[in-house]
Amino acid sequence: MAKTNKKPEMSHAGSISKTLTGISGLDEITVGGLPSGRPTLICGEAGSGKTLFSIEFIVKGALYYNEPGVFMAFEEKAEELKANVASLGFDLEKLEAGKKIRLDYVHIDRSEIEETGEYDLEGLFIRLGYAIDSIGAKRVVLDTIENLFSGLSNEGILRAEIRRLFQFLKSKGVTAIITGERGEKSLTRQGLEEYVSDCVILLDHRIINQISTRRLRIVKYRGSVHGTNEYPFLIDDEGISVLPVTSLELNKEVSSERVSSGIPALDKMLSNGGFYRGSSILVSGTAGTGKTSVAASFVDTVCNGKEKCMYFAFEESPKQIVRNMGSIGLNLQKHVDKGYLEFYASRPTLYGLEMHLVAIHKAIKRFKPAAIVLDPITNLITIGSVSEVKTMLVRLIDFLQAEQITVMFTALTMNNIVNEQTDEGVSSLVDAWVMIRDIEGNGERNRGMYIMKSRGMKHSNQVREFIITDNGLDLVEVYLSEEGVLTGSAREAKLLMEQTGEVIHQQAVSRKDRELIRRRKVLEAKIDSLRSEFESAEEELNKVYVEEAIKKQVMGETLSRMTSLREAGFAHVVKKEKKKK
Amino acid sequence: MGKIYELRLYVAGKTAKSVIALENLSRICEEHLKGKYSIEVIDLLEKPQLAEGDQILAIPTLVKKVPEPVRKIIGDLSNVERVLIGLDIRPKTDS
Repeated sequence: MAKTNKKPEMSHAGSISKTLTGISGLDEITVGGLPSGRPTLICGEAGSGKTLFSIEFIVKGALYYNEPGVFMAFEEKAEELKANVASLGFDLEKLEAGKKIRLDYVHIDRSEIEETGEYDLEGLFIRLGYAIDSIGAKRVVLDTIENLFSGLSNEGILRAEIRRLFQFLKSKGVTAIITGERGEKSLTRQGLEEYVSDCVILLDHRIINQISTRRLRIVKYRGSVHGTNEYPFLIDDEGISVLPVTSLELNKEVSSERVSSGIPALDKMLSNGGFYRGSSILVSGTAGTGKTSVAASFVDTVCNGKEKCMYFAFEESPKQIVRNMGSIGLNLQKHVDKGYLEFYASRPTLYGLEMHLVAIHKAIKRFKPAAIVLDPITNLITIGSVSEVKTMLVRLIDFLQAEQITVMFTALTMNNIVNEQTDEGVSSLVDAWVMIRDIEGNGERNRGMYIMKSRGMKHSNQVREFIITDNGLDLVEVYLSEEGVLTGSAREAKLLMEQTGEVIHQQAVSRKDRELIRRRKVLEAKIDSLRSEFESAEEELNKVYVEEAIKKQVMGETLSRMTSLREAGFAHVVKKEKKKK
Repeated sequence: MGKIYELRLYVAGKTAKSVIALENLSRICEEHLKGKYSIEVIDLLEKPQLAEGDQILAIPTLVKKVPEPVRKIIGDLSNVERVLIGLDIRPKTDS
C-alpha cells in the first residue's frame, strides 16, 4: 500500500488523470484509480457495500494521499456512520477533528416539508461548497443522493438540480463518488447514470446456495482501459479488498531450485531433489490415507529451513492438526511459536469461493510465506461446483506462481465418478501430483504412494508403500512377486519366507561344497598313488638302462685289456721310450 | 392563539425567487398572524455555515421553529393554501 503523500494523480493512461482510491485491488483494476475531478457513480443493491466503499475512499484519501474529503450522507446520521465504520478501524472522529474529513448529514423528511411553488437546491450547493472549502476537500461522496427523491416531490426540479450539481462538482475540481440504489431495469432507481458519464461501478451481492459473494464490475470508464470482469471483493475488519482477477498471462518467472517434500524417500523418487520452488503440488488420496500428514511433513521441512509457511485448513482446526501431527513426531507448535508457521482456518461454508480466494490472497500478502498448504481443496467443492473450484484454483495458482510460493493442495478422492473428475480437473493445473492409494488385501489395508506426474523432472514410476510411523513418514519399496504387488504384512511375510529360503539354500550350498572338497581330496590321493607307481616303474626302467651301460663299460674295458695284453712287449718299449724323453 | 411564530426564511442572494418568497411571506403573515410573528431572513451566501443547522437543501426555505412541530416550507410561497397548512394555521385536508 502506498505511503503518505504519494501523488494521487499517478497514472496518466491517455489524457485522463486518475486519483488513487487506496482501496486494495481497485486501483489495479481501474489502472490508477477513479477519474480525477469527476464524479463516479457506484451503484448496487441495498447492503452491497456502497457506503463502505465510499467512506473508505474518503478515509484512505485523508490518511494516505493527503486529500481531505467531504462525506455527505443522505441516509445515515453522522453518529451512526461513525459507529458503523469504527469496526473497520476508521476513526472518523479523529479525522474530523484534524480537519481531514467532514461529515455532513442531510436530513430529509417529507412530513416536515411543504412544497409551495418554485424552488431550487441552492441550499444544498451552498452547504456542499462550504464543506468543501472549509477543509480544502479534494474528494466528495454523496451517499445516496437518490434520497432527495423521497423527500421532494417535484421531480422536474430535482433532475435539473442534480444535473447542475454534477456540473458544480466538476467546477469545484473534486473527485466525487455518487452512490445509487440499483433499480429494476436501470443501474439506479432514478437513472442517475445518465448524469454521470465518466465512470460507473456496479456492486453486486449474490447469494448462491445460501452463500453470499460480493462482486464488483466496472460498467464503464470513459477514456480509460479497465478490467471488465466481475471481481470478487471482501469486506472484513480492514475494510474492502478487491481481488483483481489475475491477468492469466503465462509469463511467470520460474525457479529450478528444489524444495524438499519432507519425506526423504519421496524426494528420492523426484529425481533426488523434491519439488520445484514455486510449483504446485497435489496430494490426493482416499479418506484416511495420510494426506494431511504428508502436508504436515512438508510444512515441517519448510519451517525447519527457516522459511515461512502458511497452512490453510478447511477441515480441521489448527489445534487439532498440531495435536494429531504430534502423534507422528511432527512438532508444529514449535514453528508456530517461532513465527514460521501460521494457520488460517476457516469453514468452507463461511463464505463463497471468491471470498475465500480474496481472504487467502490477503493472508498471503500479509504473511508473505514461502510455501502454503491448502488442506483440503475438496471441501471447497461443497460451496461451489467443480468448474468454479477449478477457476478459483487457476487464479490462486497463478497468483502463487507470480509470488514464487510453493503450494501443496490435498484432495480427497472418493470412489465415485464425480470426484474422480475433480482430481483430473485440478490435476491439469498442478505441476506435481502425488497419489496415495489404498491397497487392500489379506484382510488389511495399506497405503501405496506413487507420483502421477511431476513436470520437468525425472521421477520414479514405482509404487512405494507409504508408512506412517511414530517418527514421521517413510516410503518402502513394495514387494513385487509372482502374486503381484505385496504390501504390509504380506510383504513382511514374503520377506520372511525369502529369508528362510535363503538360510536353507545356504545350508544346501555349503553341503555341496564340502562334498566337493572331499571328492577332491579323494581324487588328489589317487593322483598321488598313481604318481608314486609311475615313479617306481620309471626307476625300474632306469635300473635296466644303468645295468646295461655298466655291463657295456665293463665289457669294453675287459676287451681293451685283452688287446693290450696281446701286444704287451711293444707296448712296454713304447712306454719306456716315452719315459726317456 | 397567543403563540408567537418564529420564522426564518433562508435565501441565497437577492434572486427573483427569494424576493417573491419574502413578499409572499410578509403578506400571509400580515393577513393571518398579525402581531404574533417574527421573521428572520438568512442569506446563505453570507452565512453558509448556517445551512447545516436547519438542514437546508432547497432555496428558498421557510423554517417554522416555534411553535412545534418544526416545519419546512420550501418554494417561493406562492401557494398560499399550502403555506397555511405548513404553518399549521389551517389543518391539513389532504393526507
